[in-house]
Amino acid sequence: MDNFTPILSLAGGLILGISATILLAGGRIAGISGIISGLIPPAAADKKWRVLFLLGLIGGAALFPTVGGDISYIDINPYGFSDDLHYVALIVGGLLVGMGTSIGSGCTSGHGICGLGRISARALTATLSFMAVAVVTVFVIRLVMGG
Amino acid sequence: MFNIISTIAGILFGFGLALSGMVSPSKVVGFLDITGNWDPSLAFVMGGGVAVTVISFHFLLKRPHPLFGGRFHLPTASEIDRRLVVGAGLFGLGWGIGGLCPGPAISSLAYASPKIAIFVIAMGFGILIAKKLAPPPST
Repeated sequence: MDNFTPILSLAGGLILGISATILLAGGRIAGISGIISGLIPPAAADKKWRVLFLLGLIGGAALFPTVGGDISYIDINPYGFSDDLHYVALIVGGLLVGMGTSIGSGCTSGHGICGLGRISARALTATLSFMAVAVVTVFVIRLVMGG
Repeated sequence: MFNIISTIAGILFGFGLALSGMVSPSKVVGFLDITGNWDPSLAFVMGGGVAVTVISFHFLLKRPHPLFGGRFHLPTASEIDRRLVVGAGLFGLGWGIGGLCPGPAISSLAYASPKIAIFVIAMGFGILIAKKLAPPPST
């Protein structure tokens, strides 16, 4: 269990919960894939708050290192893919994440944090499904890569 | 008014993701790698998030209207259907391959990696493709 960061992860999770609470106090669910989806044709009529939320995401992540947060732990190539293979993985992964969250109406935030907060059976089913498939996917890639 | 709420919520969310470790695909894969060198940290992210929402949502949703006015925009579907499970499965596959889900992908644009930008563009195309080829039956 290298790099175990329960305190930082719990603190981050609490902040995510507070953010979702603020957004729901304004009437909206903090589901990132749904917020993005409303900007992609056929788009939703209400685009402004969506753009502002997404810019806020980038701004909040940019703020983190400026207040002493450590981002040196970030490693975007977990399997040690060659550069070419990594590009393929990012394109395939991105397409699947986009299609899957669109068809399945949500991602880790919408189904995971907000849906479970509403005690939704749909959200629990989706969360267990994507977690299970992701675990198997990592297992298979690790097996193939010999790691 | 809601634009201000949304901006603040977005900033908090992006900060929370960076703090939590979710913006690092290696951390995500370490969490999913339960048979390998397992790093359970990210269970604390969802645990912390849900611990807050399960309480706050309970009280917020008791009200007829949102605290800051307007109306609630909540998912209306209640049925566990094939779309939900197939979609979640495809998402899980992509999450395992790239180590990124939508929130961390957008947030990580802050760190100016061209590879993250490629993932985000592919994700946008994925949504576009799904909307064209597999639109929800009701719309």
